[in-house]
Amino acid sequence: MLEVKDLSVGIKADRIKNILYNVSLTVEPGEVHAIMGPNGSGKTSLLYSIMGHPRYVILKGQVLLDGEDITGLPPEERSLKGLMLSFQHPVEVEGVRLSTLLIAAWNKRRGEADLLKIGDARMLRDMRQLASRVGLKPEFLRRDVNVGFSGGERKRSELFQALFLRPKYMLLDEPDTGLDIDGVKLIAENISRIAEDGVGVLLVTHYARILNYVRPDKVSVIVNGRIVDTGGPELAERIDREGYKSYGVIEVD
Amino acid sequence: MTEAVKTTDIEEILKYTSVDELYGWEWEYAKEIEIRGRITRDIIEEISRVKKEPDWMLRLRLRALDLFYRLPMPRWLTGIEEIDLEELAAYVKPKAERTEEWTDLPEEIRKAYEKLGIPEIEARFLSGLTAVYGSETVYSKMKEKLEEQGVIIMPIEDAVQKYPDLIKRYFARIFPPSDHKFAALHVALWSGGAFVYVPKGVKVEQPIEAFFFIGGSLEGQFEHTLVVADEGSYVHFIEGCSAPLLKRYSFHDGMVELYAARNAHIKFTTLQNWSRDIINFNNKRGIAKEGAVIEWTEGSIGSKITYTYPSTILAGRGAKTSNIVIGIANGPYLKDTGSKVIHAAPETASRIVSKSISNNGGISVYRGLVRINKGAYNSIANVECDSLILDESSLAYTYPHNQVEEPTATVSHEAKTGRLSEEQLFYMASRGLDEGEAKSLIVIGMLKEILSDLPLEFVSILNRVIQLEFSEVGGVG
Repeated sequence: MLEVKDLSVGIKADRIKNILYNVSLTVEPGEVHAIMGPNGSGKTSLLYSIMGHPRYVILKGQVLLDGEDITGLPPEERSLKGLMLSFQHPVEVEGVRLSTLLIAAWNKRRGEADLLKIGDARMLRDMRQLASRVGLKPEFLRRDVNVGFSGGERKRSELFQALFLRPKYMLLDEPDTGLDIDGVKLIAENISRIAEDGVGVLLVTHYARILNYVRPDKVSVIVNGRIVDTGGPELAERIDREGYKSYGVIEVD
Repeated sequence: MTEAVKTTDIEEILKYTSVDELYGWEWEYAKEIEIRGRITRDIIEEISRVKKEPDWMLRLRLRALDLFYRLPMPRWLTGIEEIDLEELAAYVKPKAERTEEWTDLPEEIRKAYEKLGIPEIEARFLSGLTAVYGSETVYSKMKEKLEEQGVIIMPIEDAVQKYPDLIKRYFARIFPPSDHKFAALHVALWSGGAFVYVPKGVKVEQPIEAFFFIGGSLEGQFEHTLVVADEGSYVHFIEGCSAPLLKRYSFHDGMVELYAARNAHIKFTTLQNWSRDIINFNNKRGIAKEGAVIEWTEGSIGSKITYTYPSTILAGRGAKTSNIVIGIANGPYLKDTGSKVIHAAPETASRIVSKSISNNGGISVYRGLVRINKGAYNSIANVECDSLILDESSLAYTYPHNQVEEPTATVSHEAKTGRLSEEQLFYMASRGLDEGEAKSLIVIGMLKEILSDLPLEFVSILNRVIQLEFSEVGGVG
């Protein structure tokens, strides 16, 4: 189980600014837990804090991964323990091919000293197959990470990386923005499949659209850095109809 | 007698877990001759006598010595004051007869090459190999097929004896000793290195390599490479350099001269991975005649200080050059690199690509000169400078310089400085890679362009070296 316990977080700027207050939630293996909230409510900050971004300072509380306290670990160690973050706006990394990044990450997980070693041809075959499963052509693997990717390609690439690296728990930040409806369906199908394989999914989304295709087991609503509501899929349906009005938030589209 | 040489398997090399393990600390080796002290006429005469040189070569050396004392210290060099030429050995001959069999070499010398997998790479990928240890060539061999084609690959000392006309015509003429003080010093003291001649129309399929090893502290290495490619021929020459970790510094002042006759094509690749105790000064220049192509590619990874500016004179109509230098300054080291192209004929084209990476207090400098002479009609020159700074403590400088005297010529320059961001590091960390690993992937990515046509084994060793370099954050040197 991935467990966030009474977490309060600040962000480093000129001074530390509080952004999350007493957040508690859990994700069981195989479960999809959706986090919904208006813009600027702290959804991304929550995922970054769980992943261990160095600019986010834990003021109080803990993050536990299968019972182990990982609150003080650097992000790469959290990743190796089975956490993975799919970014809403993944950054470009010029010079590093997507395939190279994944080969290195794969070797790292196996304790291989040479990160670029291609010891197993199956690895490359899997990589190509999984890429096509999210609608990416094999040539895509040879491109530099996120460089010149369209919005939709970025979403597909983020999910593809998770499929390939097989984390225990996935943190997904708005995995469907910028995709057309077929794209959303494809992404959703893969998220459901990942969950069926036993991966715990923490899915952040502003709109309920994707939740029509991925049925969440739990839904939590976050407003102004606080979890203000928790329930089942019906909560997402209500937000789809009414927006965040009942939480005192009026959004203008 | 035919005991097999135990060569280090490349797989073994890829398992090294630290830079120290890869280089090893300097070890003893037997020397036959060592000449040290103030560089005087006596010293030059002694080196020439040891080599049993003809009189004309001794005279060339002495002229260069005279120039060395008369020429001023180049003002733009930083760090060179660390070199005390009087405490350096001007000439070191290891106790080893030159051979064509690795098994003939004393173990302590063979070890230097085996540690890096050189014999295996030679057997599988090279047309010929010249290995220099200290000041002398200890191993030289070429595959038989090339001999039949009339290709010459031999230690340059042998060429002085056997092909004096060729040597007189090109040696220290493409890069004259009068150019600057360290070119003069090189010509006065030169020793070791390779001479390559490719006859008309011959295309040498597999690359030729020269590998330079400095075995001890306070040694000077002044090796010389001369490649002459006759009309319509092709050759790819690779030079590699390495040294163990030394108790004190050593000095390398090498020279490379390339001559590409009409429609010839020379590709020259340098993989420089000296240990952090080497001050590395290079003098590299090529002349490309009508329709000829010279490509320089240099990966400058190791050393304490490196000065390298591969240069091409485009001397015939339609000649082309491309010049790619990638320098990595990782740690409190200096990479002063760049390139020079002189367009001296019409319709010539040049492309300079400089990529630098500074990390962990490293300083990268680009110095470039593009000169287009009056009358070099419709010539095109393209310069790209790309500096990547990986942390707050590192620096990069760019000093491009254009002299365009021909109005029909086109010169473009593009410079870009990037910094590794916290978001990029976090992105890679979220995939399980720590800071050093993330940096090494970025650096290897930058090297892609020079690695593309090298044997895979070279590439994997180089990749490993970079990973080791960057995994020891703050610990290198």
